[in-house]
This record gives sequence, structure tokens and C-alpha cells, in this order.
Amino acid sequence: MRIRARFTKVGRVRWTSHRDVARMWERALRRGRVPVAYTAGFTPRPQLSFGLALPTGCESVAEYLDIALDSPLDPSELARGVGPLLPEGVDIVAADVVDPGENSLQEDVSSCTWEIHVPGIAPDDLTETVGRALDAELLPIQRERKGRVVIDDLRPSVLALSCAGPDAGGTRLLAELGTRPRGVRPSELAQALGVELGIARRTCQWIERDGSRWEPLTVDLSGPAAVWERAS
Amino acid sequence: MTSLWPQIEPLLAQVTKPARYIGGELGARRPVHAPERVAWLLLYPDTYEIGLPNQGLQILYEILNERGDAVAERAYAPWTDMEAAMRDASVPLFSLENSLPARDFAVLAFNLSAELTYTNVLNMIDLAGVPVRGVDRHASDPLVVAGGHCAFNPEPLADFVDAFVLGDGEEVVGELTEVIGSWRAAGGERRDDLLASLTTVAGVYVPSCYEARYESGRLTGVTPRRADVPERVEKRTIADLGEWPYPKQQLVPLIEVVHDRLNVEVFRGCTRGCRFCQAGMITRPVRERPGAQVEEMVRAGLDRTGYDEVTLTSLSSADFSGIGEVVSSVINDPECSGQVSVSLPSLRVDAFTVGLAAEIQKVRRTGLTFAPEGGTWRMRQVINKLIREEDLYAAVDAAFSQGWRRVKLYFLIGLPTETDDDVLGIARLAGSCAEIGRRYHHNVTVTASVGGFVPKAHTPFQWFGQNTMEELRRKVGLLRDAARGTRGLTLRWHDPEATAVEGLVSRGDRRMGAVVEHVWRHGGTFQEWSEHFDLGLWTTGLEAAGLGLDEIVYRHRDEHEVLAWDHVSAGLHRDFLWQDFQEALAEHGLEDCRWTPCYDCGACTGLGVEHMVASAVPPAGGSQGTGQDLDGAATIPVRFLETAGVSQSPGSAVEHAS
Repeated sequence: MRIRARFTKVGRVRWTSHRDVARMWERALRRGRVPVAYTAGFTPRPQLSFGLALPTGCESVAEYLDIALDSPLDPSELARGVGPLLPEGVDIVAADVVDPGENSLQEDVSSCTWEIHVPGIAPDDLTETVGRALDAELLPIQRERKGRVVIDDLRPSVLALSCAGPDAGGTRLLAELGTRPRGVRPSELAQALGVELGIARRTCQWIERDGSRWEPLTVDLSGPAAVWERAS
Repeated sequence: MTSLWPQIEPLLAQVTKPARYIGGELGARRPVHAPERVAWLLLYPDTYEIGLPNQGLQILYEILNERGDAVAERAYAPWTDMEAAMRDASVPLFSLENSLPARDFAVLAFNLSAELTYTNVLNMIDLAGVPVRGVDRHASDPLVVAGGHCAFNPEPLADFVDAFVLGDGEEVVGELTEVIGSWRAAGGERRDDLLASLTTVAGVYVPSCYEARYESGRLTGVTPRRADVPERVEKRTIADLGEWPYPKQQLVPLIEVVHDRLNVEVFRGCTRGCRFCQAGMITRPVRERPGAQVEEMVRAGLDRTGYDEVTLTSLSSADFSGIGEVVSSVINDPECSGQVSVSLPSLRVDAFTVGLAAEIQKVRRTGLTFAPEGGTWRMRQVINKLIREEDLYAAVDAAFSQGWRRVKLYFLIGLPTETDDDVLGIARLAGSCAEIGRRYHHNVTVTASVGGFVPKAHTPFQWFGQNTMEELRRKVGLLRDAARGTRGLTLRWHDPEATAVEGLVSRGDRRMGAVVEHVWRHGGTFQEWSEHFDLGLWTTGLEAAGLGLDEIVYRHRDEHEVLAWDHVSAGLHRDFLWQDFQEALAEHGLEDCRWTPCYDCGACTGLGVEHMVASAVPPAGGSQGTGQDLDGAATIPVRFLETAGVSQSPGSAVEHAS
């Protein structure tokens, strides 16, 4: 049996790495005595698979994890039993059973929605920057790859881009960024646009197939409202 | 006191491993400060990953936070990128729990576990915005205290640390809290009054109350400046570890750190009497934790933390009386369902111990480590590490036959009376171990890890002149040549330059303070990190202070010379140490006194405590000749040559040929 959990990573804990998050989950699942399946062999490992890595420093309200279990467990039990054992800022907002035939998160997710704070910019300037970016044929960035500086064009991966605010949450970019062939990071978008990067939050991960798209797990509205409030 | 978090967080995007600076560990407290509570900031002068697991710091953190009159928070040395960002943004050193400025605390308390971290101590005091030298501090500045093993030669830090705590800190922190609390309640106006009242706490050494005297460039004594302070400060010892089941809430960090597992201390102190080992000398006597308490701490700890690995810590855990019972209770606990592994640091060298290791490491059987320390039986008698070659081979055979593929062996070079043959014995011994391994597996690795010996305070070798850098380099060269071409043998060695500097700070006197300060002022932080270690800074610092490696590090001291740490005591009689040194030079071993008559080293009698050992008989496998037959150890199987080359009798001016 496989359970998929959707969780948040907000607040100070955003400074931990993807690997750190994996270890937090392993400890919490052991503490919660969840019957996690282990790999066989010399060094047994719990069978957990996380989706796309979240860059260190980014927040998210749409992280996912698939947990393979040795014996059945009610998904709501997982949220109730393990949720309180996770560090502050990491909250389970949804959990459900995954069909055995379902693809892995890594294979399925094709884009993510981000909300990116841009400090120290006039809203009009940001609107103009966004307009120019959408009109541009190329959005080149420099990045280091295996010790060499390469030029990448982000334009094909910028699937949607708009502005939000200014309001209580400041002035923000709303962006949908592709994950194939590789996930574009908010910091790279900021570099391409020539704007400063504030806190970036992943708000959705999308699976797209045959012209329609959906989230790996939708958030049950009774729980997440509280999480959203706390997170923002 | 206001949180610095709004100033700290913007810096985190610029630095490596930002989670070093966010706290948030399971077990971390959020203490509430109040004027009547003495606020302690516990500091570890190295990175978060190295410092967080430190059990001493965690124990004091809990004890202080349990008190109504104290609060305690923590800070670790910011890495160089974070330090630069902090200085750039004028952000001072801050606590992890409440993000408070370090200088708002009443006490800055450092853990001193390694000499090469001393420049980081100065750097952290400075980052706190506190004058680095004690004489420049005012009543409004925090009190700077330090404890830990390195405090047993406090002199190199005497100019910077207001008070040192010697020995176990469990009781002292409370007493210090009360003294500081009363001083503050009385107005807290004169810092000198506070320092004077600290000298009334047993185990506390206040260097400014003592004067160091020199004659013709050599120390002649460190003596009280006031009539009411003791000539010699004795260490503190808790008599019963069972009364201190700490840490109860071991910190579980959000990021990976060293020793990232549950740690349960099974005993404190060691009487194996290895003559090079400072820890074994200064922590006597042996005090075991009751077996049932160990089991309970393991069970509760695993439950609470979610760790799947527990280390039973001590200086030689296989010697713990209840080791078999504790191990089987953990691994047979149905709650653990076979997924918990137990590890024992510093494995004893014998087949019994390997059997124990096999029982507990059913999973993750990767490498085993043994520490024969000396390459020949003669050498091991000198250092009192009474392991026969056949014991080592039996242990290694047991390890390889039971599935391990990697064996790591720890050795020291530069030991007293060492000849080139003793050095080469390391390659022979390790090579033979690799050969044994190949009987079982096609590919085995035996790693011989070789460190340069640094004589430490309060050990029988405290008088011994350390080998020069050149001599150590030459010996490493001998070993490299000898190990070359030996299949399955990998040689690793410690940088002889860092060994020389460690020697400098380990046995230096108060004048070393100027050198430590020089290195720090020229940017020499993180000196125990090879990428930051800079010998040049130390040598220019020595020159500026008119000091030299020859005098402080390489020179043999004679029996009656004043040592920089003579005015602090670990309970050991100086004449016991000297006698033991002479026994060493005569190649005589000394049995473990846990199960044999007392040698009157001074630790038990002077401190009015006793060994607390549950078992009346030595462990299977024996200990330093107790419960062992060591006859014939010298004949198997390595032949050793007559002592040749350097003569190492103390007191004589020895030239170390390079």
C-alpha cells in the first residue's frame, strides 16, 4: 500500500535542504510507528519517495511524499499521528491512498506555480518587466553546470507570468514554471528578469495529461485554511 | 532584549548551509528571560555540525534550563561566509533559541574540546561585541567562562577567559549561577568582586587572581595574587552518574551533524591507563551508570527522537559491566523490530568485542575500527596499550570472517622511545591484517590512520619532548615507503604542521595568549580545518612574542620543572605520573586498576570518590593484563630490532635528527 501526503514547508524550516526534509520525515514516521516498508539488503532504507526537490530557502504549501507501507493504514491516521511529530512549519495538509499503477511524482509533475516576493520594486515597474519578459523570444540566464558557465534560455519554461499586489503580502510575481527537462528555480527567473528575489513559495505542482491538468492531491478545505493563515 | 531574527534572516540566502543558524531542534527550549534569572549562553567554538552533538554542552543546557534562577541558550561558531555577512551587516553573535545578542547574556560559557579551536573562542567573544581580553571588560560585559578537557591547561586562554571550570560541570553550573545571581542582586557594580567570589566555588580557576612568574624566559610558577584563593585548584567530580541521567531530551537537529544518532553515556572515566591519553587520566575514577538506567535512557531516547541508531558512549564502552545485557535488551526489543543499530565507539581489540559488534550490527556492517596505537609490542608496553599481536589478528580475523570488509586501525607516531622499527611495525601490522582479510574476501581495505603524538597535560608523558615536524614528516615518509605496494593497505596521516601547533597550545603557558591573539587578529579562525590552518600565522605569532617551538613543544622537561598547569589538578599525584613515565621508559606495562590493587594515582583518594563498577571481574577479553595472560606477547610474530637511533631519556638535550 502506498500513501501520498501533501505537506508544507514554511517559516524558518525553509532554510533546510531537501535531504534534511527527508530525514525529518524518516524520524517522524519512526516516532509515529508508521509501518513503513523498508528496502531489503545490507543497508535497509525506508521506502519514501519525494517529488521535485524544493530549493533551499524556498517555502512551499505543495510538497509531496509517497510512503510505501507494509500494512494498511488509514491516510487520516497518518496526518493525525505523524503531523504533530514534524518540525514547526512542516504540516500535513492532505493524505490519500495512491493506486498501485500510479506514476511516481518525479515522472508525473510537469510544472509548478510559484509566488515570488520581489522586494524594493514599484508595482508598475514589475508589471512592465513582466510584460517585456512575456514578449521576449529569449530569457537567457547564466548558470554553472559541472564547473562550467553555461547560458540557458528560460523562456520555453515560463508557462505563465503575472503580477500580484501590492497588498499585505507585498509585491509578487505569480509564475508557472516548467519542470522539464529540468525544474526552473525562482532564483533563475529573478535573474532573467533582473529583479531582486524575496521569499519564493511553491503553491502548486501540476500533472498535465491529455490537455487537462490537476494536482497530485488537492487540499481538503477544512484543514489548509489554517495552514495558509499561519504560513502567510 | 529584542530578537535579531529580522536582521539575521536576510543574511541566510548568502551563506552555505543556512540551517546552521536557525535552531529549531527537537528538544530545544525557548527560555523566558527575566531579570532574576542568570542568562547563560553556551558556546561551542566550532561549526554547528561539530558542536551540536556535544554531550557536555547538552547536559548543562538542560540542567540550567531546569533551574528557576537560570536560562540557557546556545551558539556555535559561524562559518567564515556567515561571519563576513554578519560583520558586514553589523549583526553580532546571536543565540539560536531567541535570536538574542550574545552580549545581552550574563555568562558566555565555552566548551573547550580541542586546542585548535582557541582562535575561534576569541573570534566569538569579539563577534559578541565583548572585549577579548578579560582586563578590558567592565561590569556590564558578560562573564566569560570555559570548561571541558582543554581547561586542564587553561593558561593559553588565561588572558581571555574570566573563569575556568575543571572537571564535571553538572554541579558547578548551579553554584556559579548562585554566585553570579547574588552579585547582580547586590548591584553588580564591581567586576573584581564577582571574580573574587567565583574563586570560592570549588573547581573554579580564576586566572586573574594568579600571577605567572618567569626567570630567564622560563616559567617558574603560577601563584595566587590574593591570600584567599587556593594555590592549587582541584577538579570537580560527580560521584554517581546514576544521579545525572542527562541529557534527557537529546537535541535532534534539522540538519545532518556528526554523531547524528542517540548517544547514551554508559560510564565516565577510564583506568586502562594508556599513557598518552589525556581523557583517561583527567576523568578518573570510573563511574558506571546503572545498567537499568542505561536501558531506560536508550528506550526512551529512541522513542522520543526517532533515531534508528544508538551509541553507548564512554572511553571504552566494551568495558561496561552490563554491556551484554544492555545490547541484547536493545536489539531484542520488539518495538525496535530489528531496525535499530547499536554502536560502540573505540572498540577494544579482541575477538569478544568483535563478537559483540557482530551481534549488534546485524545491519549496515561496513567498517570496524581498532586502535592498537603502537606498531610493536615494545611500543605498546611503553604507552601501556597492552594488546598482543595475536589479539589484534584474532579480532581482525573475526571481523573479516563475519562479513566486514573494511578495518581501520589507529596508530600514533612520535611516541617516547620510538625507533624507526617501531614506526615500520605499523606497516607490518596493518599489512598482516590486510593479508588476513584476503583469506575471506577478494577486496578488503585496511586503513592505517597515523597521528602525530602530542603530549598532554596531566599525563605521564607531559614531560616528553614532542617530535619535530620534520621528524614526523620523515616517519610518515618511512611508512609511505613501507606501505607502498602492500595490497589492500591504505595509509592516512595527520598533518605534522597541525600536530606541532596542537602541541604548542596544549602545553604552552600564559605567554601563548599573545600568540593565539596574533593568529586570530590575522584572520586565523577554524585552525582545525585543513583548508584554514595556517602554520605561517603561528610562527609569526611566536616570533612576535619572542617564543619558539623548540622551547615549548620539542623540549623534554625534567622532573622538577614547573609545568604551566601545575596549579590546576585533575586529582592525579605528580609523582604517580612521573613514576608511570619512568615505567614507560623501562617498557613496563601497568594493569587496569578497576580489578587490581590501587596504584594510588590520587584520583579516588584525593577526591573522596571511588570507582563505581558493577562487575567484580574484568570483562571477557581482559583489560591491560588484568584477566589476561600476556606472556609471550613479544614473540608473536613480529621480530623487533635493538633500540637504535635517537635516545629519548627526558632531561637530556635531545637532537631530533631529521
